Amino acid sequence: MDVVPKWAEVILVPLISLILAALLSALVILAIGEDPIAAVNLMITGALGSTYGWGYTLYYATNFLFTGLAVSVAFHAGLFNIGGEGQAMLGGLGVALACLLIPWPHWTIALLAATVMAGLFGAAWAAIPAFLQAKRGSHIVITTIMFNFIAAAVLNYVLVNLMRPAGSMDPATARFPEAVHLPTLHDILGLVGIEFSRAAPANVTFLIAILACVLVWLLMWRTWLGYEIRSYGKSEPAARYAGISPVAITMIAMLISGALAGMMAINNVMGEAERLVLNAVEGAGFIGIAVALMGRSHPFGVFLAAILFGFLYQGGAELALWTSIPRELIVVIQALVILFTGALDNMVRMPLERIFLMLRRRRDA
Amino acid sequence: MDFLTLIQLLDSTVRLATPLLLACLAGLFSERAGIFDIGLEGKMLAAAFFSAAIAALTGSVWLGLLAGIAASMSLSLLHGLASITFRGNQLISGVAINFLAAGLTVLIAQDWFQQGGRTPSLMGGGRFEPITLPFAEALAQVPLLGPIYSELISGHSILVYIAFATVPLTWWVLYRTRFGLRLRAVGENPAAVDTAGVSVVALRYAAVLICGVLCGIAGAYLSTALQAGFVKDMSAGRGFIALAALIFAKWRPWYALYATLLFGLFGALETRPDVIEAVIGIRVQGQLLGALPYIMTVIILAGFVGKAIPPRAGGTPYVKER
Repeated sequence: MDVVPKWAEVILVPLISLILAALLSALVILAIGEDPIAAVNLMITGALGSTYGWGYTLYYATNFLFTGLAVSVAFHAGLFNIGGEGQAMLGGLGVALACLLIPWPHWTIALLAATVMAGLFGAAWAAIPAFLQAKRGSHIVITTIMFNFIAAAVLNYVLVNLMRPAGSMDPATARFPEAVHLPTLHDILGLVGIEFSRAAPANVTFLIAILACVLVWLLMWRTWLGYEIRSYGKSEPAARYAGISPVAITMIAMLISGALAGMMAINNVMGEAERLVLNAVEGAGFIGIAVALMGRSHPFGVFLAAILFGFLYQGGAELALWTSIPRELIVVIQALVILFTGALDNMVRMPLERIFLMLRRRRDA
Repeated sequence: MDFLTLIQLLDSTVRLATPLLLACLAGLFSERAGIFDIGLEGKMLAAAFFSAAIAALTGSVWLGLLAGIAASMSLSLLHGLASITFRGNQLISGVAINFLAAGLTVLIAQDWFQQGGRTPSLMGGGRFEPITLPFAEALAQVPLLGPIYSELISGHSILVYIAFATVPLTWWVLYRTRFGLRLRAVGENPAAVDTAGVSVVALRYAAVLICGVLCGIAGAYLSTALQAGFVKDMSAGRGFIALAALIFAKWRPWYALYATLLFGLFGALETRPDVIEAVIGIRVQGQLLGALPYIMTVIILAGFVGKAIPPRAGGTPYVKER
């Protein structure tokens, strides 16, 4: 039996890790001569104080929802997919091809096609590392890292040599046609009479991301496949003994993971930029790692963590605008969250285990 | 292609291979002891910043080098704390260290110098200057060997020679000393080492710290020798290429030298597409050359051309008793 009760495992451990990360970040802000409390206030008003701020927060959160879900599905199978960045880049390519090659009559059909293409391209990019892990035993972390760099090179080549409109100097595709423009939250909430900022990029993809959360939850906890993925992740020999094929589960989990990471592109490429640029992903693939770790790989946890990181991203941008604190502060916070919730997990858990053990002994006595 | 172009190409190969070589050997020590390290990139970046910053503030590049090594070693200690003491996930710790370095360097650079996340340009004593080896001038006129000696071998900064000297040194430490034997053993079968009465924890910390020193030199080379000052994200994926080279070399020191020289050559060729076209008659895309180290590593990992098998206990924390 576990020493730490479930509620403490799910709520207390991540919370303490988060507080530790926040305290260290406050120290960093103090060290560079700024006031942490003023900084937090500025972040809250900047990210949550207006519908404009919310629009950006939710836009970023949508990206992190997809990449966070991607990392957590792989985590459940005991695989560490560090290649969300590359898979999202390829997903962007899929979206760009879907939007540019076919003249869509309406955005709904275009969105459907773009989602499928983004998922397919992302999954395809995860397929090779998955196959090599399943069949040849090459370490998936290393291969997915390598595939991030290969993806960047592929995208660079495609944008510079193949998809750049004639006469343009920018390594980017042409703008997508007006017909594939996705409705923003301003348009959607306007239908029910809620005023929402017109300038913010949050769009209908946010709802798709929430749908993805629900679907991942259903898949993981309400289907045979999810059960097999989770048992394989918990114990490979036990899963093998139960007749679960390691090759099939590794492939399927990674394909789902890659597809989810790729689908991020409907938000940033189709919903926001409306063309494919070189650094479209902007590190969201890596933030997925922090989001999945903090959300304990559960879709609801991932949802909360994605909103938190969306807030941090938008708040950080506001900080950079109004104070001398550069945007990189967010990268530091992200690093601390990964460190405490991922690598130094035992540092938080060990003292907690001791406390709970003591409490139980006292109760038993 | 004439002889002089070849010499120039090889010269820049050596320059570009040096940081890869140092980082690769750094990873070799760590991974041979059973600690995976994907934080090479972050440690190099932190060292690059602190070397350039301290060199700019004090005017002494040697103090800068020391500061860089200290910065890199403190990140190593953090990695050790997470992966050895608290038995956490080594890969996740490496990811965290990469982000920590990427964020903190810019944050501190902005606070100290207010130049948008860079350090002031280094000059004079703030940089490692090229060293002219004895007789380089006199021998330059000798056919064939003259240019090789005076252009290719002479005229690098001291860190380049240190990097190349580290290769035999690493080999000697790993294969000819008691420490090296234990270090390799702890990466293969820590329980056996523990049974022999040798501390697994101490050995692994030692390996991780050596890794920190070498990454520190690699980072210092980037900002004080290869370039004159620190700019944001200047390690530019070199830590990951070094990791690729380590796998390519199958965790062996001499092969690490060959692998990093090969990857350095790709880097040098990337800036000279005209040379490739002249030699093989085909235009090769720069992007392909840039991605080649990664593609080759994936092929090697897949085991189609000689399988790369990592140290057996790599990545798993050691628990003394269950």
